[in-house]
Amino acid sequence: MLTIKNLHASTNSKEILRGIDLEVGLGEVHAIMGPNGSGKSTLAQVLAGREVYEVTDGEVLYDGQNLLDLSPEDRARAGIFLAFQYPVEIPGVSNTYFLRSALNTIRKSQGLTEIDAMDFLALARKKLKVLDMDEALMNRSVNEGFSGGEKKRNEIFQMAILEPRLAIQDETDSGLDIDALKEVAHGVNSLRGPERSMIVVTHYQRLLNYIVPDFVHVLYNGRIVKSGKKELALELESKGYGWLEEEVAAGHTA
Amino acid sequence: MTAVKDYQGTYLAQFQAHEKDHAAGPGWLAEVRRAAIHRFAELGFPTTKDEEWKYTNVAPIAQVPFQPVAAASATATAESLAWSCFFELDCPRLVFVNGHYSPGISFLAGLPKGVTATRLAKAVSAGTPALEQHLARYADLQNSAFTALNTALMQDGGFIEIPRGAVVEKPIYLLYVSTGDGGPTISSPRTLILAGRECQATVIEGHIGFGEGTYFSNAVTEIVADENAVIEYSKLHQESRTASHVGTVRVEQARSSNVTTHSFSFGGALIREDLNAVLNGEGAEAQLNGLYLMTARQHIDHHTTLDHAQPHCASRELYKGVLDGQAAGVFNGRVIVRKDAQKTDSKQSNKNLLLSEEAVINTKPQLEIFADDVKCTHGATIGQVDQEAIFYLRSRGIGISEARKILTFAFANDIIDRVKFAPLRDRLRDALFQSLAKRSRKEPA
Ligand SMILES: Nc1ncnc2c1ncn2[C@@H]1O[C@H](COP(=O)(O)OP(=O)(O)O)[C@@H](O)[C@H]1O
Ligand SMILES: [Mg+2]
Repeated sequence: MLTIKNLHASTNSKEILRGIDLEVGLGEVHAIMGPNGSGKSTLAQVLAGREVYEVTDGEVLYDGQNLLDLSPEDRARAGIFLAFQYPVEIPGVSNTYFLRSALNTIRKSQGLTEIDAMDFLALARKKLKVLDMDEALMNRSVNEGFSGGEKKRNEIFQMAILEPRLAIQDETDSGLDIDALKEVAHGVNSLRGPERSMIVVTHYQRLLNYIVPDFVHVLYNGRIVKSGKKELALELESKGYGWLEEEVAAGHTA
Repeated sequence: MTAVKDYQGTYLAQFQAHEKDHAAGPGWLAEVRRAAIHRFAELGFPTTKDEEWKYTNVAPIAQVPFQPVAAASATATAESLAWSCFFELDCPRLVFVNGHYSPGISFLAGLPKGVTATRLAKAVSAGTPALEQHLARYADLQNSAFTALNTALMQDGGFIEIPRGAVVEKPIYLLYVSTGDGGPTISSPRTLILAGRECQATVIEGHIGFGEGTYFSNAVTEIVADENAVIEYSKLHQESRTASHVGTVRVEQARSSNVTTHSFSFGGALIREDLNAVLNGEGAEAQLNGLYLMTARQHIDHHTTLDHAQPHCASRELYKGVLDGQAAGVFNGRVIVRKDAQKTDSKQSNKNLLLSEEAVINTKPQLEIFADDVKCTHGATIGQVDQEAIFYLRSRGIGISEARKILTFAFANDIIDRVKFAPLRDRLRDALFQSLAKRSRKEPA
């Protein structure tokens, strides 16, 4: 459902993505790992349409259409969702209002009827329960004053409500304690299905014990330098990222 | 005086035309008026050379010979006012059209016993004793040509007197309407609010206008809060597109009184609002909130002064502005802490959101501290809509113009949230929403 070909992206004339190729099939879960600064978040943001990154080469096909032609909102309406590494705080906008507006715009674009406040609340309650989230979060301003863990859960909660077809998660595990990690992973796993693909970006292998991927890719210096099955994650965990540097330098890339 | 022709003489003549009426009224008032017109003659209209008027050119006022409207032609119907923010509120109200009281659309039922809400002109002719003591005793006409002019020419307005201990549940609404008919016209609304000890009340002062005619509304309001009085006062502008409004609100606070003011500006072509609060008793508290939403070529200038004259007083001031189009804003917030005002606790902030490249804001906080044991902070911000927040909303499917609207609404709604009386908040949100909907525009690529 997603094909990335030779994707190059830069910001302020600094090239960050330097030729990414990736193929994600329907229902598959792909993990992208890599050291800090390798371009994981940039890739995720480019897929979501962040304009501060300029795509200088390559293409991205989503369900056969040219993704890069779409505005961020149109991508979301087409079923793409990004769980941010650093979710933005929006003072004065309640989580409920925000999420219901989002859901209804997406529904409208799909020719569905809008959901009223009552039905939305019922839906939200159901999803909150799965994530073991406090209902009080609904009435607070979006992410404002949320703890790190609350922010991450809120991202997954939004994903659960919006039910995207392609869910991209950028370090949804970072900064979580093991209990929170399990809950978030449980939330993500409950959304797995044959009609939904996922790209799980993580710096640590730990998350992949709970969200078991079909494929693992290693992003290094703006390129995918190694791809494999879930076992690759374990290899990375035991060897660290250091050996990659040597391999890349020696030209032994996968 | 300016080299350009101004019409100061027009108002001196208007004053003369009324001198006979003034002589028939109480002597003290005639004297006040005489002093005021003399002062106005001396001061003349301010120019941008005047430090207090540096960024606001009053040429649209000074260079037009505004005339008062005769009582008989001052009419408006309830239907023609229904659109205005608070008109459908269920509360007692006094309506003045082009400066004249309009009994047909005023509504005074529901006032608690002992509470006075009436026309100033009537209170004057009834010889109300409190007037001589309070009317025109606070607003400074020595240093303000516009206050002097209002004081000389004032005909009518709201007079509210709340006795000791009275708790007024519903707001009292003073509505000043300008129809703009037969313009250019002037009105000089005058409001006096006397809040007795331990009383509690909410007062709204609305200024609205419609039509295409040019008018000038020169309003002065004095609010006197006695010990322990708790007052919430909101002033709302929904003036017409071509209107000029100069408003002065002077608040005098006694010991442990608590006054909250809100200033909401959604309309007008040229608006100048002066708000001066004197915390003149130990432990008094003032909250000053303001929200201005300006677009096209609208100009708004807020000058506020918080004068801490006694110890242990607290003030909190937050003014927020949303400026679009080629709108211009001025915020000058002065905080004075007198020598005796130890333990003053004052926080002031002015935040502005600029939605276009051409909109401008001049913001200047001024602290003048003469006491040594005080806590005072102030700050100002000028910024655009947060691009990261916009992207976050868009990444959830919300369109770009809707995203901007949501963020702008949230920024402005912060001020509306501070209004204590819930039905007012709802109306204000509606007004804000409509105002933003009207101006939602295409995003530059
Ligand atoms: N908006 C930006 N402006 C400038 N540099 C950026 C920006 N975003 C990312 N970078 C740079 O690009 C590189 C990759 O960043 P990022 O995609 O965040 O990596 P990762 O998520 O893998 O840690 C880093 O060197 C980072 O400093
Ligand atoms: Mg990252």
